[in-house]
Amino acid sequence: MNKTIRYKELRVFAEEIRVKTLQTFAHIGFGHIGGAMSIVEAVALLYGEFLRCDPKNPNWPERDKLVISKGHAGPTVYATLAMKGFFPEAMLRELNQGGGRLPSHTDRNKTPGIDMTTGSLGQGLSAGCGIALGDRMDGRDANTFVFLGDGELDEGQNWEAFLFANQQKLSNLIAIVDVNGQQLDGYTKDVMDLGDVEQKLAAFGWHVESCDGHDIPALYKAFSNALAWTEGPSAVVMHTKKGHGCSFAEGILSNHHINFKPEQMEEALEKANRVLDEARNALRK
Amino acid sequence: MFKVNAELKPSETLMREAYCGALMEMAKTDKRIVALDADLVSSSGMKPFFQAFPDRAIQCGIAEANMIGVAAGLSLTGKVPFCHSFGPFASRRVCDQIFISAAYAKLNVRIVGSDPGVTAAYNGGTHMPFEDMAVLRGIPEITLLEPCDPVCMADLTRQLADVYGVYYIRMARKNAVAVYEEGSTFQIGKGNVLRAGMDVTLIASGILVAEALKAAELLAAEGVSARVVDMFTWKPMDTELVAKCAEETGAIVTAENHNVYGGLGSAVAEAAAKTVPVPIEMVGTDDRFGQVGTEAFLRVEYRLTAEHIAEAAKKAIERK
Repeated sequence: MNKTIRYKELRVFAEEIRVKTLQTFAHIGFGHIGGAMSIVEAVALLYGEFLRCDPKNPNWPERDKLVISKGHAGPTVYATLAMKGFFPEAMLRELNQGGGRLPSHTDRNKTPGIDMTTGSLGQGLSAGCGIALGDRMDGRDANTFVFLGDGELDEGQNWEAFLFANQQKLSNLIAIVDVNGQQLDGYTKDVMDLGDVEQKLAAFGWHVESCDGHDIPALYKAFSNALAWTEGPSAVVMHTKKGHGCSFAEGILSNHHINFKPEQMEEALEKANRVLDEARNALRK
Repeated sequence: MFKVNAELKPSETLMREAYCGALMEMAKTDKRIVALDADLVSSSGMKPFFQAFPDRAIQCGIAEANMIGVAAGLSLTGKVPFCHSFGPFASRRVCDQIFISAAYAKLNVRIVGSDPGVTAAYNGGTHMPFEDMAVLRGIPEITLLEPCDPVCMADLTRQLADVYGVYYIRMARKNAVAVYEEGSTFQIGKGNVLRAGMDVTLIASGILVAEALKAAELLAAEGVSARVVDMFTWKPMDTELVAKCAEETGAIVTAENHNVYGGLGSAVAEAAAKTVPVPIEMVGTDDRFGQVGTEAFLRVEYRLTAEHIAEAAKKAIERK
């Protein structure tokens, strides 16, 4: 495989996801845009490369599982699932609609391709541990990925789960920690300072990969190394920007949940489409 | 089908032995069965299981929230997890994990909360759940069970292999009065009429079933005919049976080793109010915290004896 070309393809996929996610939000005029944008590249790498799944058979037992513990980032995954053919793209219109199948926080009983119900922060990693353990008990060669937010790590249950995963040596469990440095009320360091996440997780016995979460080659390497680690659980600690790639969300403090005006979204989409075109052009070169 | 022992005697097996024994029997042929504990294997009586099935016994440490999440995840892969901790830590401490990761996610989890109410004895108020069922009863679709003896405990445990959903079992760990004959079987969601009677119905659960049977004897000596029901399922409530008892006996006494607020008394009262409203007296802890003491002391302190039930029965009959 030519890595350079693959990285360019994945960059295109990521920008397609970003545009599709913003379009999904555009219909309703509000949403958890910050935390949805920061995981776009990681979601692209999962569905573009590392997560084994079958859109025609979302409950395939041998599949890799994904738990979005920061469940409010669901729209990024919904957009991706639609693009991968888990459900028709028209269904993206159901985001946050009464009776719809795409709730604000991910729900395994509503959306094809969503493996676990989350949204009450701090609970997803424990479920991920159980899934990884169950797969291992039954000899399935399947990995479980869990998206965690840095703000979410305030919840003590995560640290119970970090201990548990190491105790059980769950090498088929990979936590993706989205360190975007912000949470609802402000900067993480001001609300509840997490300190050095890498050091903390290493001290809990985890194999830690640290990278820029918007840098495709760096993320690619981090995921590859995490998957290759067989002695216990791995964490990909990715440093990101909350709201990355959405012009009205980037660089502002209060971007966890945003009500936006149609013209703001038009501008954001115009810019995101431009970035997508650039990525496509780069691939053609 | 069930049969009631003619004479009330202490059971030969402990409740926890019945639980562990049933689970081990099941695990022999059913690979889906897994057991989780939060550093209380020695208390829950699950040591034999942990020794016999080390690959399916999961020590979670003193981290109950994670244990419930792990159980939910295991069930997502087809396992049938049975978790244990002491009642307060298996219910109020993990209420949101049970709510979201298990019930709302529509996963398949069993939780055994041990040492209900006064049976926590010397562990005192911190470990004495008079509220576990009330805390969990607001969770949609959850099933709440409280068996009164090892025969019922073992049968319910066996049934929990092949049902789906979230089940909480309130289990006194140690001694029990043997109410049922060996081989009795039980239907989740249906109360058992243990003794016929026409003047009042005593609806009890757990350790108070035997007390209710004794109360019926005391009442009989005074010429009062009391029906006794073992309502081992608190949710879903057997509304049909409550209505029938209300209709036929005209008065009800509930008896629970639990706060009367949000517990069996409340659930029975809701069922009666919606069908056949009759006078109801409630025996249970009256919005009080637990405390240390022998179980015998605590039963008197919280008015959970046959005498208290009989007294409540007379009051209920007077109110007809």
